[in-house]
Amino acid sequence: MSQSLAQKIISRAAGRPEVAVGEIVVARVDLAMMHDSGGPRRVWPRLKELGARIWDPERVVLVSDHFVPAVDAESAEILALTRRFAAEFGIRRFHDMQGICHVVLQEYGHLRPGMFAVGGDSHSPSGGAVGAFMIGIGATDMLAVLITGETWLRVPETWQVLLDAPLPQGVCAKDVMLKLLADLGMANEYVVFEYQGPGVAAMPMEERFVLCNMSAELGGKTGIVPPDETTLAALAANGVEVDAAWLSLRSDPEAVSRQIVVQAGALAPLVAKPHSPAQAEPVERCAGERIDQAYIGACTGAKLSDLRMAAAVLRGRRVAPGTRLLVAPASQRTWQAAAADGTLRILSEAGAILLPSGCGACAGLGAGLLAAGETCIASTARNFKGRMGSPEASVFLGSPYTVAASAIAGRIADPREFL
Amino acid sequence: MRIVGRAFVFGDFIDTDVLAPGPYLRKPLPELAAHCLEALDPGFARAVRPGDVVVGGIGFGIGSSREQAVQALLHLGVGCVLARGFARIFFRNAINLGLPVLCCPDIEVQAGSELDILPAEGRVLDRSSGRVFQAQALPPRLMEILAAGGLVPWLQARRSEPRAPARNG
Ligand code: SF4
Repeated sequence: MSQSLAQKIISRAAGRPEVAVGEIVVARVDLAMMHDSGGPRRVWPRLKELGARIWDPERVVLVSDHFVPAVDAESAEILALTRRFAAEFGIRRFHDMQGICHVVLQEYGHLRPGMFAVGGDSHSPSGGAVGAFMIGIGATDMLAVLITGETWLRVPETWQVLLDAPLPQGVCAKDVMLKLLADLGMANEYVVFEYQGPGVAAMPMEERFVLCNMSAELGGKTGIVPPDETTLAALAANGVEVDAAWLSLRSDPEAVSRQIVVQAGALAPLVAKPHSPAQAEPVERCAGERIDQAYIGACTGAKLSDLRMAAAVLRGRRVAPGTRLLVAPASQRTWQAAAADGTLRILSEAGAILLPSGCGACAGLGAGLLAAGETCIASTARNFKGRMGSPEASVFLGSPYTVAASAIAGRIADPREFL
Repeated sequence: MRIVGRAFVFGDFIDTDVLAPGPYLRKPLPELAAHCLEALDPGFARAVRPGDVVVGGIGFGIGSSREQAVQALLHLGVGCVLARGFARIFFRNAINLGLPVLCCPDIEVQAGSELDILPAEGRVLDRSSGRVFQAQALPPRLMEILAAGGLVPWLQARRSEPRAPARNG
């Protein structure tokens, strides 16, 4: 039987020669990632209740990113509990306030191509950027993984998204995903989105990350990019011992149930209107909408490549009076790299306000929230009502280019006019 | 397992913010549950009785991975959720917390109809109209978890069994 890349990874993890689409199987987990919000504080009481230990602490990665830095005693307590949990269960791969979980996981080389991984967060599909099969799960699911080292799942079908050309200037992976959301909606369940083609081949890892990350918005089970030389180079740079066999991780062509071609060369910037990522439209239809805040943040939109996109637009310009631009780099390493190459200086000279690394306003937990009646454009993944502060606020989504251009104009603007 | 109850019918994309509204997330479960689905049907929490069935369209449970979306329905006694399609994390959370959920792509019932559901067979009978719908049957592994009352009790039972055999190494 022909198998997709996802099926091949699941088969291996399930100890089976092959698995069929639609079948429910039990698979062994190579890596489990948890964060401070959905992790220890939810699973520890139940581990105690069951008198259970973690099946293999070496396969667990724990990240504090949602409640960092603590803004009140409640969040400080959650962070303290997370630290106690790491010590109690001997979790050595604990990254405390080093950045957003999905980004940190890759920066530290914890993920490898072909891995079967789970994450206690809905954006866990981000792991697909390195060619791992990674899915998001809830806290009870995580509890079972921690105890048994396995989980059940329905074998998904695979849809191939083919980017037929490199993206034009001022257009990036975020625009690709907003376009897909506009076309396909958010109810594509039990689907793995496999991204391929010349447009993907030309993308750096951080852009591929965005494709996989926002597969969650499409409703998919996950996203994945079959590993290539770019993948191996990035893994090696993050300290992973690279195996050339990873280059053969591919879907059998007959196992792909649908192919979606994105005419990438002709793609233009898009913006999602409140309150759904699927309300995406070409930027010119929203152009002129006055904004109070521009936010460059989140795993989706504040990695080094995102900050550089913003800097390309902001260089030598100033944020409009009456508008604030907030930038929360996705990780400490992002901070360091962006400080070293001058990106942060460009942002700050343009008037950006720099915030600590973490989920911050994206999760509605940290700095940068909105008041009733305010309008924001953000480089984040979701704009559900009330997610970023007041339910009476309006949040638009755009690429880092578009967010930066809008900050300069004080209104939603097409970034191509500034490049 | 058999579920018999009245249908409460909702549309597409019932999200986790509507099921477990953010402002009540830090409150105790009974208070949170009292606001479950109120944005769409203010009387829902008061009207629903044990065993009743929530019927939805596509994308039921989209949004965050918060389990409170399921816990609120369970607290109100909802016996089953039938939908044309589910957001996958919601589906998993429901099974794991012991709430039967069935994917039934052509379900079409009136609010208040009396439904008679057999999850293991995926059979849904609308006693009010006499129509039968075929849902995707829940496989034995998931029925086992539901029968135990969720994943935690299921794990508890398995752990207390003398030396449960290890699976595929
Ligand atoms: S930055 Fe936003 S999308 Fe990313 S993990 Fe944090 S809360 Fe989720």
